Amino acid sequence: MIEFIAIFVSYLPEWMQYFWPDWFQYIVANVLLALILLLPLFIVVAYYTLAERKVIGFMQIRIGPNRVGPKGLFQPFADMFKLMFKEIIIPTNSNRYLFIIAPIITFAPSMAAWAVMPFTDTMVFADINAGLLYILAMTSIGVYGVIIAGWASNSKYALLGAMRSAAQIVAYEIAMGFALVGVLMAGGSLNLGDIVESQSGGPWHWFVVPLFPLFMVYLISGVAETNRAPFDVAEGESEIVAGFHVEYSGMTFAVFFLAEYANMILIAMLSSLMFFGGWLSPFPSLIGDSIGWLFFKTAAFMWLFLWFRATFPRYRYDQIMRLGWKVLIPVTIVWLTVEGVMVYFKVGPWFS
Amino acid sequence: MIETIVFYLFAFSTVVTATAVVTVRNPVHAALFLVLTFFTSAVIWMTLEAEFLAISLVLVYVGAVMVLFLFVVMMLDINIARLREGFVKYLPLGIAIAFIMLLLMLNVVTSDIFSSEAMLEPAAKAADYSNTKALGSVLYTEYVLAFEIAAVILLVAIVAAISLTMRKRSHTKYQNPSEQIRVRKADRIRIVKMPADGE
Repeated sequence: MIEFIAIFVSYLPEWMQYFWPDWFQYIVANVLLALILLLPLFIVVAYYTLAERKVIGFMQIRIGPNRVGPKGLFQPFADMFKLMFKEIIIPTNSNRYLFIIAPIITFAPSMAAWAVMPFTDTMVFADINAGLLYILAMTSIGVYGVIIAGWASNSKYALLGAMRSAAQIVAYEIAMGFALVGVLMAGGSLNLGDIVESQSGGPWHWFVVPLFPLFMVYLISGVAETNRAPFDVAEGESEIVAGFHVEYSGMTFAVFFLAEYANMILIAMLSSLMFFGGWLSPFPSLIGDSIGWLFFKTAAFMWLFLWFRATFPRYRYDQIMRLGWKVLIPVTIVWLTVEGVMVYFKVGPWFS
Repeated sequence: MIETIVFYLFAFSTVVTATAVVTVRNPVHAALFLVLTFFTSAVIWMTLEAEFLAISLVLVYVGAVMVLFLFVVMMLDINIARLREGFVKYLPLGIAIAFIMLLLMLNVVTSDIFSSEAMLEPAAKAADYSNTKALGSVLYTEYVLAFEIAAVILLVAIVAAISLTMRKRSHTKYQNPSEQIRVRKADRIRIVKMPADGE
């Protein structure tokens, strides 16, 4: 991108080139790159909300939104414009500053995490060594938005939602981190591109085969981390109205939702990268590796999120804690030991 | 040049936020400022090319420890007026301790070990230099004993904390999940066949 900008600048008249010093070109190039990444993400998020309503409608033998545009295809835009033009109400006794900043704190890390996401072996925006760790760190910041929103609203329901969310996310982050430790032991790297490359050689080489328990733990804690059903007690409509975002309206509310859906897509894509070989083809002898495979696998996991929501009743809160601390974390520790033994004896096609 | 600007920007905000932690009135605000302090320190570590440590600082302290801190601070209804009682009474002692600590720190920082001659600017590492690998290889070879001892101490601390706070309370309505799962239809309901009424 920086080369393109440099070429573009070299065509400008000389007096205009004066305004494009190297550091400015660098900034422009990076902003453009970020837009290239984030604009399609926004479109996917918008249509993911529509897909959710359509898919759940289908599963419950309803039609779902079908009024705006052909088959309801413009529904996300209708929703977006509605939310944009709504008033942002700030409760009288709330903490104004934190109330406004909370959605931003949720949103920014969920976008920042995408910076290190590899799409193919060459198409990656920031190819850093500690990519996996970076994603884990970024997604762990998002919980502050929820906590601050709950506290700043000065509402009992919102505070209850925030408390639930805080305890839940801390519990499941440990399980998720341990599951990722298994992946980096198998891949021998924290770089996501290297992790995918070490799975090459057909579906039998994918890490889901030797690390199946860790994959299940990762998937479950991924659903819990994004506050999705059946772990959506932070919202819990039937008990605490809408949890941490009861007091939010208009765009501030929409920003929470953008972040939630972006996180779901992030988790879906990470699962396909780390356990299902990312862009690697399942039939290496027939069809080559391509970005299409990554999108296909990601879409499959995104579908799972919707399927879960349509199928499972919400967990009871103490059961969520029990599952996180007493089931998932011991499972990961046991399987990490097993994996250590497998690595030591260089088992199978994965650890040799 | 740009690194200097980034360093001073974040060093300044670290100092400001760290000061705010001890001066703001609201405990929740103080905890949030502490989060910001951790974050800006992580950025400073990043400029020192310690990516692994910087990201783990964010992951561990910002992502987990401070969440629990905030959780507790928000749950407790802390009476700030009570906390501020006796501020003037303890002020001389506080100033004395702060002064001693300042002297000690100045003594360390201005010593020859930390002088700019003894601490030369380290050469920048190549772009493919893996911080994580370098750290891991010394942690599990040279410092393995210290590492294991730290792990054991932490484990003992966890066990101690749990055993100190765990107590049996008689009036909690705790459900045994495995019993709940094992319940079958026959345990709960009885289907009674009855002849239809009337005709």
